[in-house]
Amino acid sequence: MTAALSIRDLSKVYSNDVHALRGISLDVQEGDFFALLGPNGAGKSTTIGILFSLINKSGGKVEVFGIDTDKDFPGAKKHIGIVPQEFNFNLFEKVEHIVVTQGGYYGLPAELAKERAEKYLRKLGLWEKRNDRARELSGGMKRRLMIARALVHEPRLLILDEPTAGVDIEMRRSMWEFLKELNAAGTTIILTTHYLEEAESLCRNIAIIDEGSIVHHSSMRELLRQLHTEMFILDTRQEVDQDVEIPGFPCKRVDAHTLEVVKDKDQDVNELFAALSQQGIDIASMRNKANRLEEMFVSLLS
Amino acid sequence: MNSYEKWVAFQTILVKEVRRYLRIWPQTLLPPAITMTLYFVIFGALIGSRIGEMGGFSYMQFVVPGLIMMAVVTNSYSNVVSSFFGAKFNHSVEELLVSPVPNWVILAGYITGGVSRGLAVAVIVTCLSLFFSDLSIHNLPLTVGIVLLTSVLFALFGFINAVFANNFDDISIVPTFVLTPLTYLGGVFYSMELLPDFWENVSRLNPLVYVVNGFRYGVLGVSDVDVSFAFGMLALFTAVAFGYCMHLLNTGKRLRQ
Repeated sequence: MTAALSIRDLSKVYSNDVHALRGISLDVQEGDFFALLGPNGAGKSTTIGILFSLINKSGGKVEVFGIDTDKDFPGAKKHIGIVPQEFNFNLFEKVEHIVVTQGGYYGLPAELAKERAEKYLRKLGLWEKRNDRARELSGGMKRRLMIARALVHEPRLLILDEPTAGVDIEMRRSMWEFLKELNAAGTTIILTTHYLEEAESLCRNIAIIDEGSIVHHSSMRELLRQLHTEMFILDTRQEVDQDVEIPGFPCKRVDAHTLEVVKDKDQDVNELFAALSQQGIDIASMRNKANRLEEMFVSLLS
Repeated sequence: MNSYEKWVAFQTILVKEVRRYLRIWPQTLLPPAITMTLYFVIFGALIGSRIGEMGGFSYMQFVVPGLIMMAVVTNSYSNVVSSFFGAKFNHSVEELLVSPVPNWVILAGYITGGVSRGLAVAVIVTCLSLFFSDLSIHNLPLTVGIVLLTSVLFALFGFINAVFANNFDDISIVPTFVLTPLTYLGGVFYSMELLPDFWENVSRLNPLVYVVNGFRYGVLGVSDVDVSFAFGMLALFTAVAFGYCMHLLNTGKRLRQ
């Protein structure tokens, strides 16, 4: 299968001598839903900026569906749809004009661009707003407008830089559903996000970047398999003592009715319940403390 | 992109540009109409009637070509500098930069947009001038050629200004402190024969002298400078400015990091 994106030894040194990328390499297969994660300043935006052609690389090679961007960047760009982090449209333009105009930049005749604009504005719930100026839209609507704009030329590879930043939970969930549908229909998607729950729920493969280098690159399943412990929050029926101990399970009393318990991956949950029972503690409810990817992310970067 | 796709992209940029200045016509098309009417009334009719002939024509007839060119220069420049800097400022220029549109198509789209506004204003000002003076064209191809070249040249200058501008002050400095003084000193209101030899020679360093006189020759058939030299210099400046704009786009200076 052709790689939708292949990056080899990509480096970027800014004019102030900051080494933003130190020769990173990664592959994203066609049809994948891929997460590129990293803390602020890790090099994610630089990587994305190079793919957007808004940042000139210092070295290395980028191929999009086998097209070398050094030899034919316009040819590669035809396959890429871009949803940047910051709003980058003219706020005084009408919603439909923004999408149709972008279609024109990709060489779509006006009729086809209008047809596509209607298709994606409807799918993203913006058709009723098509004659509004972009500045009149809410933050979530502006984000969806950028997605509609990125899809007007029906790219094979969609790159989203923090697409749900500042979007409310309901809207975020509906955007996830839309992206899942798009991916199921064959569009390769690369996503950067700070919401690790988002990456865990959507993405099949992942790369974590830190200080300009890839520190992890594998499938999501493989990454989560490396997580050795899990932390649970237990709500107890009785009040628990200040110096409570559960043999075999490190724990911490949060308040009179709440405990945090760490369970090793090869320990059984039944063992935990048995140990609690021996201490005379009845459990009303239990839940994971944090999402698993977040724990892994922190451990990889620490 | 194939040729058809490039043509579509060019049309898209041009339509966007035209739509922009038509949408804000009270800021783009109306002011030059009012300003030039005032010039016609004050300098042409009121003061001009006391000045008498200049270059063998009534003063009104003499100033009309220069005033039309002044409008063309200012509007071609302003359209591109404000539109492209605006796109840079609100980051919507990224819509174009991330797309497969070749740089020369981007430049051609913006420049043609600027030229179209320059020509639209030229037509408006010319129509207004007919209320004050008869106008007959001495050499139509030369007149059209000079207007087009001038419009393209100053649209290119506007593009360069927009690329280097960091804020809105930077896009008003050049029109206010460079373009307007050079236009006034470019022989719009007087024949260079009136100047002492020293100042006449200094004036010849002003590129607007060639623009104004080239156009005046096309309309009236009189000029203070050699017209073929003026046309050649305009063509040369346009080629150099186009080359420099392409260099800016190809290297991504001030546009890409």
